[in-house]
Amino acid sequence: MSNLTAAQRAAGDRVSGRPIPGRRRGSLARRAAHRAQPLLWIGPAIGLICFVVLWPVYVMVRTSFQKVSSFGEIKGSAGWSNFTNLFHELAFKGVVERTVIWVVAVVGITMVVSLALAQLFNQRFPGRRVTRWALIAPWAASVLMTALVFKWMLHSGYGLINILLHDVGLLNDLNSASADPLGKEATAMPWLIFVAIFVSLPFTTYAILAGLSTIPGEVYEAARVDGSGKWHTYRTITLPLLRPALTVATLINVMNVFNSFPIIWAMTHGGPGYSTTTTTVYMYILKGKDLGESAAMSVVNFGLVIIIVALFLRISRWKSEVE
Amino acid sequence: MTAISAPTSVATRSARRPRKQNGRPTWKTVVLALSAYVIAFLFIFPYLDMMLTSLRPTSELQTPTILPHHYSWSSYTSLWKTGLGTNLKITLLIAGGATLLVLLVATPAAYFTARNKFRGRMAFLILVLITQMFQPTALLVGIYRQFVGFHMLNSVWAMILVNAGFNMAFAVWILNAYFGSIPRELEEAAMVEGSGRIGALFRVTLPLAAPGVVTALVFTFIAAWNEFVIALTLMTTPNKQPLTVAINGFLGAYSIDWQHMFAASVIATIPVIILFAVIERKVVSGLTAGSIK
Repeated sequence: MSNLTAAQRAAGDRVSGRPIPGRRRGSLARRAAHRAQPLLWIGPAIGLICFVVLWPVYVMVRTSFQKVSSFGEIKGSAGWSNFTNLFHELAFKGVVERTVIWVVAVVGITMVVSLALAQLFNQRFPGRRVTRWALIAPWAASVLMTALVFKWMLHSGYGLINILLHDVGLLNDLNSASADPLGKEATAMPWLIFVAIFVSLPFTTYAILAGLSTIPGEVYEAARVDGSGKWHTYRTITLPLLRPALTVATLINVMNVFNSFPIIWAMTHGGPGYSTTTTTVYMYILKGKDLGESAAMSVVNFGLVIIIVALFLRISRWKSEVE
Repeated sequence: MTAISAPTSVATRSARRPRKQNGRPTWKTVVLALSAYVIAFLFIFPYLDMMLTSLRPTSELQTPTILPHHYSWSSYTSLWKTGLGTNLKITLLIAGGATLLVLLVATPAAYFTARNKFRGRMAFLILVLITQMFQPTALLVGIYRQFVGFHMLNSVWAMILVNAGFNMAFAVWILNAYFGSIPRELEEAAMVEGSGRIGALFRVTLPLAAPGVVTALVFTFIAAWNEFVIALTLMTTPNKQPLTVAINGFLGAYSIDWQHMFAASVIATIPVIILFAVIERKVVSGLTAGSIK
């Protein structure tokens, strides 16, 4: 069951069995007024979407084919040169590969950890409500602030994580290069991935918890009667029934992580070098240098987003049809 | 029935009855609860450090200790000299304006699509779904050029429009679900008693949908409050910047003003976490657009 079809179905059920207003006979003027009625109600929403979402898409695509000076003046058509320049950038290949790693690692680990967390927070124990609230914090707080705190906790001289590592004996010297994980290529990316997972966990866990709550207890009872083991029950019953929740949560996470900017920007600015630059960050860096090329990067980015969404909806629908 | 099946069904996910007959918790519960407490602590840990750092006296900022020896509120008092009051005002204007606009635009759309079948209804719902999939970051260059073209850099209005536009989808879904769940008969009864359709909407339907409205409003408010990338791009003058951009501004090129940064972060974060806890249960359903029932 895909996101779209479910919404369609729910919406469709609600209006069935009711005469369609437009079918009634009346004078021409009245019919015209009737036709226009939907526009009155949904017109403002469409207007807002057109102005803030669709128009920028058009402007972005147009800009990607324009030559833009560093002062933002349009210097005429650029043909495909913005795109060819972009593809010939030395950093480009690495940026794309890193983006794939970034999205797959963050979303993959988030989903697995969230499944475990949801399982835990679905149990009964005293204080469950309060612990669930604590889980919300990274979701409610601005991602920027969370990223800034982690940057601070990883500070080479007096960051809390480093102090703890030092106290435990895992870190020899504060204020040394080994105490500056964000300053080194090998460790910067893993830490950014960690923070991205940290802020993605609450929503994902809550989505899975919502999914778990829809599974009736009888199903488990039946499995128990059949002598099914715990892990076997989880794999054959819980996981398949969680599929709609998992599908939507994955899709939303992929979109968020792919477009994630504040974490990387606040913690490393894409550095050292380009070693933590994803396509979204690269687009922002290019924006300061060459707006046309930046627009080309956005268009490539945007194309990828559309492909991901289309593929995902397709796969999920296809699977639900097969079953 | 329930009494008999409870131990096997509700607690099936192992024999996880919360307590033994005599009221003493089982080992399993103790282990579960303890791991949950540790995890919960880890999730708020960064925000605790944020608070602790903001309360550290300047003299202690560079002492590598977990807890400060003394606490001081001076960062909070000196914070306002950095112009943070203006930033806070801008944030309130943007978040408040976007919330109001979403309410005005999403409510009629959600109500009409929940109650009527009309040509283009599906197309509209798909359009809303697509908006939800797009992030403003993905369209950054387009949004930037568009508002440069309209001479709307540093305009609170531009920020209100963008924030409202990208958060409207959530409001439409959640309101659509609420309106759909309110029986049509209630409205018709009110209409029989003399209220027009609009009157019935205001007197009957909207009050009944109040939880949905509140959720949509709070969600939009928080999202606009936390927004960073668009504000960073469109609001280039310091005294026009919302909190997020101002806080990011404490990251200087050569030095970082950690205490002010985190004092401001605490002010920007704590109210939002509390607000969010209020609507927590309904947020998931709005985000997943009705596919999890």
